[in-house]
Formats: sequence, structure tokens, C-alpha cells
Amino acid sequence: MKKPEETATTGADLLVKALIDEEVEVVFGYPGGAVLPIYDSLFKQNKLRHILVRHEQAAVHAAEGYARSTGKVGVVLVTSGPGATNAVTGLTDALMDSIPLVCLTGQVPTHLIGNDAFQEADTTGITRPCTKHNYLVKSVDALSRTVHEAFYVARSGRPGPVVIDLPKDVLMNKHDYTAPDMPVQHKSYRPVTKPDAKKIEQALELIANAKKPMFYTGGGVINSGARASKLLTQFVHMTGYPITNTLMGLGSFPASDKQFVGMLGMHGTYEANLAMYHCDVLINIGARFDDRITGKLAEFSPHSKKIHIDIDGSSINKNVRVDLPIVGDAGQALEDLIKLWKARQPKVDQKALKAWWAEIDKWRGRDCLAYKQGKDVIKPQFALERLYHHIKDRDHYITTEVGQHQMWAAQFLKFEQPNRWMTSGGLGTMGYGFPAALGVQIAHPEALVIDVAGEASIMMNIQELSTAAQYRLPVKIFILNNQYMGMVRQWQELLHGGRYSESYSEALPDFVKLADAFGAKGLRCHEPSKLDDTIKEMIAIKGPVIVDVAVDKAENCFPMIPSGAAHYDMLLGPEDRAARPVSEEGMVLV
Amino acid sequence: MEVASSHTIAVLVDNEPGILARVVGLFSGRGYNIESLTVAQTNAKQNLSRITIVTAGTPMVVEQIKAQLDRLVPVHKVHDLTLEGPHIERELALVKVKGVGEKRAEALRLADIFRAKVIDTKTDSFVFEVTGASDKVQTFVELMGSLGLVDVGRTGIVAMTRGGEAF
Ligand SMILES: Cc1cc2nc3c(=O)[nH]c(=O)nc-3n(C[C@H](O)[C@H](O)[C@H](O)COP(=O)(O)OP(=O)(O)OC[C@H]3O[C@@H](n4cnc5c(N)ncnc54)[C@H](O)[C@@H]3O)c2cc1C
Ligand SMILES: Cc1ncc(C[n+]2csc(CCOP(=O)(O)OP(=O)(O)O)c2C)c(N)n1
Ligand SMILES: [Mg+2]
Repeated sequence: MKKPEETATTGADLLVKALIDEEVEVVFGYPGGAVLPIYDSLFKQNKLRHILVRHEQAAVHAAEGYARSTGKVGVVLVTSGPGATNAVTGLTDALMDSIPLVCLTGQVPTHLIGNDAFQEADTTGITRPCTKHNYLVKSVDALSRTVHEAFYVARSGRPGPVVIDLPKDVLMNKHDYTAPDMPVQHKSYRPVTKPDAKKIEQALELIANAKKPMFYTGGGVINSGARASKLLTQFVHMTGYPITNTLMGLGSFPASDKQFVGMLGMHGTYEANLAMYHCDVLINIGARFDDRITGKLAEFSPHSKKIHIDIDGSSINKNVRVDLPIVGDAGQALEDLIKLWKARQPKVDQKALKAWWAEIDKWRGRDCLAYKQGKDVIKPQFALERLYHHIKDRDHYITTEVGQHQMWAAQFLKFEQPNRWMTSGGLGTMGYGFPAALGVQIAHPEALVIDVAGEASIMMNIQELSTAAQYRLPVKIFILNNQYMGMVRQWQELLHGGRYSESYSEALPDFVKLADAFGAKGLRCHEPSKLDDTIKEMIAIKGPVIVDVAVDKAENCFPMIPSGAAHYDMLLGPEDRAARPVSEEGMVLV
Repeated sequence: MEVASSHTIAVLVDNEPGILARVVGLFSGRGYNIESLTVAQTNAKQNLSRITIVTAGTPMVVEQIKAQLDRLVPVHKVHDLTLEGPHIERELALVKVKGVGEKRAEALRLADIFRAKVIDTKTDSFVFEVTGASDKVQTFVELMGSLGLVDVGRTGIVAMTRGGEAF
């Protein structure tokens, strides 16, 4: 510890100093009684910027967007009680998707804790299962250490959200601030980042001798930092092997590269899923064998030897037994693999690899994402293809809400770089995309930031139009309006005999007028022939825009592996559906 | 199919508020079972506590339980004593027995066989303290069943490896 810098600051001042020492530039928040001292401290300085949201859930998603698009820790500030409980969905979202956040929550003064005081909630109790870690600061002495430790925990190892609960008396008490020696460490939490060298050798051996190899990489590569994506690209190029990405891993390998076979999983490509099924060596880097990608576990990649590189030991052997578990950082492991590959110059069986690629190219030939665009109604896939055409040469970031539009965005927009794609994967939180886009725009003021939305999802955090207006954030909301909770409708069609119970988007607002009411610009498009002009207009407008694109109401998202089915059991289009009813086992799955 | 078996796991943790809730919440939240749980501070200077958990599951589940415990931020060490070789498990019970005459005498005789100590006595009751492996404690409690058993308190298992190594 260095020596105290200043004397007699309040806990709140000290907190703000500690945040500045952590190089925090922006805090997403909403005030209330318990955090007024912090708002007072914020008022008296000009290093930290505060973005006032309109709902605490949005503050957390905005911080997630900020964090995912920059690689930094996102910071949230909310009041006690309802402020904290409103943040819970966002915290859970960040936990599931491994997003580093520090969320400061107000709390009633220490002497009132447990008394059912006004706006008291057991915040550490409520958030214990939805944070990586949480703290209740009981004395101002512990405040600065706790803040620095919280940042360390949030960003180290597998990143995640950390809550610091701050009783009001702790914020008001006077104390000296001592800047910590950076980097701060934790006495027990020391994640392993350097993989075991012997295991890297074994991995190299397996990889080099594969006949039908397959890279399956995920969000962990993005968590590891931009360098890991570069190394991944380099290593995959060195081997010449095929690679697929999870939804969370999109952008870690350039989508336009010919070795990329698209996303895998429930709505992944035919070629990616069949390659997963038939491969003989599976190289998982930073992906967690989520049920959305494995499908029926007993038939998941049954012929392969599996290597799994993950920084979190609990991700390994959780769902799928692997042959070679390697705990460590994705970037570090890739660096080691590349070094060893260069040193050993292994002879890959080129004949086998050629035959493997021929097989994959045959699957590719099915053109599983094909759709038919007619003259009258806009197909959602077409809307996204046109969108991509107009943004691809611009500096752009994409967020999404949750539903069919999210899957189509994953399939039809091409991600060439990491940190450009923000989506709620693990929790699947409708209402994520718009506030996340605001957070991204704050971090990248000059970039084109687009929330690909559904008309139902966008209603879940629509109040944030006011935030966009206040800070003149030129976010574009691109609604694929199918007048249905399309993903729900699709499942009802497939699993519940077409009984569309409560999935019609009744009584929608006029989105153009809605935009107008919040000082944004609204555009509407019905006709395929006008789509290009609408998109161009959207891009040209300097401020926030809502584009209401009327798309085909009945379109379903394919390919689809129905829950509980195996990778080879994909539905490729409506004609497949009738032929294969979903099993009873599959029906109970989510 | 993998078969479920019982494992005794020792966990060294920071003795901070909420740590037990974290551990117990992990088990309930993820659907693992707890057969026995003991916790107390064991190192005052470093403020560390030792938690001993007996749980059951298939090898994959037990591995997952340990990995989940290990990633809790205030956890220092996780040891699976069942896998790590020979170890000793002990439990302590307080057993209250009420009775007079032959039953009282028999209770006392059995206590002697089990090396249970009398730690409270009235003319018509005893409180015994018995320590040992859980099955021994269990047998003692069962035997007291017909001799006027009134109440039992058990600590749950604490465990340690044999030999000179820590844990
Ligand atoms: C409607 C809907 C449909 C979906 N359909 C699909 C689908 O078809 N296909 C699909 O893929 N997903 C789909 N998802 C998303 C899915 O639910 C999961 O969120 C996603 O598959 C998980 O991605 P991941 O395995 O890359 O793991 P993440 O959740 O990104 O986890 C990252 C993993 O990497 C590890 N890690 C973190 N940091 C590092 C590091 N530095 N080094 C090494 N490892 C690290 C973590 O421990 C973790 O195991 C869908 C979601 C929704 C809402
Ligand atoms: C907060 C929340 N509630 C419910 C769901 C379940 N859900 C998943 S997709 C979906 C429908 C989304 O509809 P829309 O935003 O219009 O997208 P579309 O599928 O039509 O593209 C619903 C209700 C969810 N993911 N999140
Ligand atoms: Mg919709």
C-alpha cells in the first residue's frame, strides 16, 4: 500500500477516487436515497461520466455492451431495494455470458440492516447466485480495498459481474484514501492462465494426427482479448482445418474466411453440425458445450477425441466428457500451440484433410440458409443481407434482442472481428439489445451501432429512447417486425399443433410516431424494392433511428435441430417438419 | 451408467460473512445433495474456516461439485479425501436417555462399551457424549432407542487424511 493521499474524504468520495484509479470512464446508473452521497461526489468531479438510464436493468445491459465492445469492466450504479432488484436480470445475463461488471448498489445504513427499513432488500442474498462474487461493505476502512478487489475479480479468470453493496453510513463516514499497489491481487482467487506444457504437447499430437479435425471455439476466445482472436485465426490457418463458432464466439475468426463453416448448434449451419458429428478430433477453445449446441448428448460428436481448453475448470466435463482437459487462458494456450507447431512442423495427412474438406463442401452445397425472396413481402433474411451490404465497409457494431431475428442476424451478418457482436446468449434476455447498443455507442461514439430487434423484444426496454435522446446517441434500431413473438410462434407451430397461444404481438405502437415522441427519427418499410433506400436513409441520419421493417409473419428460422435431437437430425426447411415429429423427451427440453 | 458414491470433501475458506450461504446455495442451486456438513474456524490468525461436506454423486457430478466449489472466490483449497487415499472420519453426538432401573444400568453398560462419556446425569437421565465413525455413532443411538432415548444432537463429520501431509 502506498501512503494515504488525502485525509477526511467521505466514503463516497473515496469510492469515486477508487473508480478513477481503476481507469473507469463511465458509469451507467440511476439515483435514489441510498446512493445520494455517491451522486454528490460525482457532481463534484469531472473525470467520471455518468449516463442516466431510465430503468436499472438497462443500466446493466448498457454496461455489458460497453464491456463486451471494449474488453473493459463495465460499471453500474443503482440505489438500494428496487434499484438493486431491477438490476438482477442484467446481472444474471452478465454471469451467463461471462461479462465483466462491477455493480455498486446502495444499501440502508448498517444499523438498520435487517430491520425491514425503507427500500431495504437483502441484496447480497438476492445476488449471490447471479454474480461471480459479491460484497457487503460494513465499514469505510474496507471500502477502497473492496473496490479494487472487485475489479480484479470481475476481470480475472472467467469474467463476470461483481456486486458491491454500500450502506449509506459507509458512504458518509470520513476516511483517508490510499491508492493500492496495482495490480491488486486476491488472497485466494488465483485463476490458472498458463496451460500445462505436457498437455499442450498431447493436444498438438492429437491435432496433428487428425484425419477429420474440427475447431469449435466460443466466447472464451473473445473474453481472452483481441489478441486471442488473432492467434486463433493464425493457428487455424496454419493447420488448414475447418472451424465453427458458437453464437458467443462469432467474430473471433473472420466469417468470410473459407475455413469458416458458420455457426453451429440449434440454428447453426448444416455443414457445421454435420462436421461436428463426423469429426475425429474436436478442438474446443473457450466454449462450454451448451445444450443449444450439443443437442442430444448421447449422439454428440460420437466419433471424436475431444480437447477442451477453458479457463474455468467447472466448464470442463460438465456436459460432455472430454479426452484432454486443459485449464488455461485461450490466448495463452493458442500461443503455446503455435510455438510448438512451428517448432515441430508436424506432417498433417493432407490426403485425409482433402477428403474431409470434400465432404464438408458437399454439405455446404446444400446451401442450408437459402430462402426465397418474392416481390411483395420482405423476408427477414433478405432485410439482414441488405443491411449487411450497406454496413460492411463501415465501422459497425451489432447488438440484438432475443428471438428469430437474433438467429437470423447470427446467420446473415458476417463478423470479421471480435467485440463487434453483442447478444444475450446464455440467458436469452429480451430487452438486452437496445440498452447494450447505447453502452456500445458510448464507448465508440463515431461508430455505426445497430440493434437488430424484434417488435416484441424492443418493447421490453423501449423507455431507453429517452436516454438515447438525452445523450444524442445515434443508435439505430432495426426492427424485423413479424407481428409475432416469432421464436415462440415457431415452437408452437412445431411442438404445439399450431396453437398460437398469446404469441401475437397485439396492440403494437406506431413505431414511427413513437420515435418522434422521443425526438428520434422513425422510418417504415414494407416493400422489398424500398429496403435499400430505407437502410441508406437510416445510416445517413445523424441521430437515433427506429426502422420498422414489416417482414414475412410466417417465416421460420432454419436450419433447426429440435431440442433433444442429434446433429444429423436437422430440419432444413418447412418441408422437413412434417416428416419428423419431435420426441417426447425433446418436448420437455427448453 | 456411472454409479453414485459418497465423497468426503474438505474445503478451506475465508471465514467471512456469507461464505456458508455461498457453499450451501451452490449445492441447492445446482441440485447436489449434502449428507453432512460441518464448519468452524480453524485458523484464527489467517481467519480461515474448514468446511467438511459429505456428498454423493457419480464421478462426473462429484468432479463438477469440486470444480464449482473451487471457483468460489473465497475458497482456498478443495480436497476430496475419499479420492486422496486413507483418511479418518469422526463425528460427535450428544445422546440424552431417560430411564430408571435395569434400562438405566444397561444404557450405562453400553456407553462403556462404546466409550461414551457421561457428561450430565440426573437420577433418571443421562447425557452421553460419543465420538467415532458415523456408523458407530449411529449404532449407539439405535441401541439407546429401546433404553429411553429422548434426544440426539450430532455434529456431522469432520475428516482428515492419515499421515503427515496437510489436509
Ligand atoms: C434463442 C437462442 C438460440 C440460440 N441458439 C444457439 C445456436 O444455435 N448455436 C449457438 O452456438 N448458440 C446458441 N445460443 C446461445 C447459447 O445459449 C449459448 O449462450 C452459447 O452457445 C454459449 O457460447 P459458448 O459455448 O461460446 O460459451 P460462453 O457462454 O461464451 O462461455 C465462454 C466459455 O469460455 C470460457 N472462458 C472464458 N474466458 C476464457 C479465457 N480467457 N480463456 C479460455 N476460456 C475462457 C468460460 O469459462 C466458458 O466456459 C442461442 C441463444 C438463444 C437466446
Ligand atoms: C425476458 C424474456 N421473456 C421471455 C422470453 C421468451 N422468448 C424468447 S423469444 C421470444 C419472442 C421474441 O419476439 P420478437 O422480439 O418479436 O422476436 P422474433 O422472434 O419475432 O424475431 C420470447 C417471448 C425471453 N427470451 N426473454
Ligand atoms: Mg417478432
